[in-house]
Amino acid sequence: MAILLEVTDLHTHFSTPFGTVKAVNGITYTVNEGETVAIVGESGCGKSVGALSIMGLIADPPGKIENGHIRFMGEDLLTLTDEQLRRLRGRRLAMIFQEPMTSLNPLLTIGRQLCESLQTHLGYTRTEAVNRAAELLAMVGIADGGRRLKQYPHHLSGGMRQRIMIALALACEPKLIIADEPTTALDVTIQAQILELMKALTRRLNVALILITHNLGVVARYADRVNVMYAGKIVETGTARQVYALPSHPYTLGLMRSVPRVDQARLQRLIPIPGQPPDLTRLGRGCSYGPRCDFKTDRCDDESPSLVETAAGQCSACWNTKAVADSLGGGS
Amino acid sequence: MQRLLEYESGCGLAGGWFMNGDTAAMVKKAGPGEDGPLLEVRGLKKYFPVTEGIIRRRIISQVKAVDGISFTIETGETMGLVGESGCGKTTTGLCILKLETPTAGTVLFRGEDLSTLNTRQMVPWRRKLQVIFQDPFSSLNPRMKVGRIIVDPIRVHRLIPDNHKQEARVAELLGLCGLSPGMADRYPHEMSGGQRQRVGIARALATNPEFIVCDEAVSALDVSIQAQIINLLEDLRDQLGITYLFISHDLSVVRHLCQRVAVMYLGRIVEMTTTEKLFKDPLHPYTRILLAAIPIPDPDIEAQRDFTPAQGEIPSPMAAPSGCVFHPRCPLAVAGCSRERPPLRELRPGHHVACTQVELNPIS
Repeated sequence: MAILLEVTDLHTHFSTPFGTVKAVNGITYTVNEGETVAIVGESGCGKSVGALSIMGLIADPPGKIENGHIRFMGEDLLTLTDEQLRRLRGRRLAMIFQEPMTSLNPLLTIGRQLCESLQTHLGYTRTEAVNRAAELLAMVGIADGGRRLKQYPHHLSGGMRQRIMIALALACEPKLIIADEPTTALDVTIQAQILELMKALTRRLNVALILITHNLGVVARYADRVNVMYAGKIVETGTARQVYALPSHPYTLGLMRSVPRVDQARLQRLIPIPGQPPDLTRLGRGCSYGPRCDFKTDRCDDESPSLVETAAGQCSACWNTKAVADSLGGGS
Repeated sequence: MQRLLEYESGCGLAGGWFMNGDTAAMVKKAGPGEDGPLLEVRGLKKYFPVTEGIIRRRIISQVKAVDGISFTIETGETMGLVGESGCGKTTTGLCILKLETPTAGTVLFRGEDLSTLNTRQMVPWRRKLQVIFQDPFSSLNPRMKVGRIIVDPIRVHRLIPDNHKQEARVAELLGLCGLSPGMADRYPHEMSGGQRQRVGIARALATNPEFIVCDEAVSALDVSIQAQIINLLEDLRDQLGITYLFISHDLSVVRHLCQRVAVMYLGRIVEMTTTEKLFKDPLHPYTRILLAAIPIPDPDIEAQRDFTPAQGEIPSPMAAPSGCVFHPRCPLAVAGCSRERPPLRELRPGHHVACTQVELNPIS
């Protein structure tokens, strides 16, 4: 499988009155063609900022990409001019946002919004664009496309709007879609519909997907590979199977243990991760997860670990992966 | 004010129970209606008018947010109320607390009909019924320090007259919720989401309530913090004997916390039973779809699961379908389902279901 996106040592910082927030603090990962990569982490871990950096949507100031490379289809996105990037966005690279309520323009009809990108990027005429837009709506499961195209976003339910967002993202047959918490605002049954739709369409059209989420169940169901982020860094990466079966970073292990599961016997007590996520303006020298970690040693205070392979295709940024593996050895 | 004082003198100083840790006894000895359930909701309805026109307002239709639901909660029990957005679960909680006035139906708390009380008469009961809201960002007054937020209900209800004792009580409540006493001097914006939710819980506990409505109390929190708060709610239940109505859309959390669960859909309860039965043997087609939609955090299990998502959208409560409200999306629906509203019947001991098809063709 060919590599489609290659993010290397990306640093995105924000300057605030309280100091520099190192939202993304050196992440490296790749996405292959047609593959679904999940980025998991809790709020403030940098998963959205990482995605916005790829899209070139970081507001500068206060944000700034301090360092790194984002290579997409052979081009380094960080060296492109705004105009070059604009041609790429929506054409080859598309994004689906969390809030289907706020990410569509309330003043324009659905049809206008769908046709816009078809006309700009693909040079369709008005009629061609309208026909294609109706096709797209059918593809995302919206019946009666002709009527829907004349409606405004407020006429539609949340699930419908998210379908429109997917149609918009797919309009120009991109190579990569970044979906930032695409179903978090939706109800459980609607969430399932939307994710199934995204899975079916990305497989059929061979589109790669970066799925940003905090829901471990969604990752298990839909992702091929997973990057776990904590405090601006990727702390573990591997195939979904590997990471769920044998997590090699204490944070991943902590996340897995803190969610109640409906498929297992009810636990007497949940095992939360103690403490709070760190303040991103005051990151120390050592491992950011150290203060909350059960496996912490002296070395963790002084040196920040980088990703090291623990199994074929699985990496962990932890000094004590051996201890983590041993703790899982007998029981699970 | 006079009424409050009378009430207090009849009841003794509330803080005392808590401090000598004799809370289990406190719960038992409390008030009238001891033999019955702590809370009984009968035929509760809440309709919101939909109006048209600005100068001359006309009511053009109604949103039946809650449409005739009944359930009971025993002392010390945690009852879950689950459903998707717009199903009326929050409105139910607000009606119980009398933060909304029900259109019809009764809410009996310890045998007293709260729905007939006026605002003044309700005041002493407010002490016993508290609420924890979803959003720890907007449910705390940003201009008040944490200490003030927590002491406010104590002052309003005149539970502790002495200022020093009030401070001690605030420190105790903060400690109980896993916060250091120094937090009393902070403002909500200086705290993280999890800490704020702890403040919300401390405030709810300030009046020694017997019953707390938790309205999506952990939904806005990250998973690692969510687990901390769930454990805290459990500890408080065990230590203080508090009864919860736990409103949530997250079935896995509900399964962990609740003994019994009611599933709501468009203003009605469609299934109600013990947590164990609901998750092991769901009967209503909607419950089955809800359970199937929860992704399980294990790729191996997910790969083997045969999964078809529910069809269609949740209808607008303004135009609820006729008969059984679930029939347009239901895999079992027959022609009759659109005509008659199925009653909530006890199909098996302790297992209530509102579905005529399940009733006719029991699933083994």
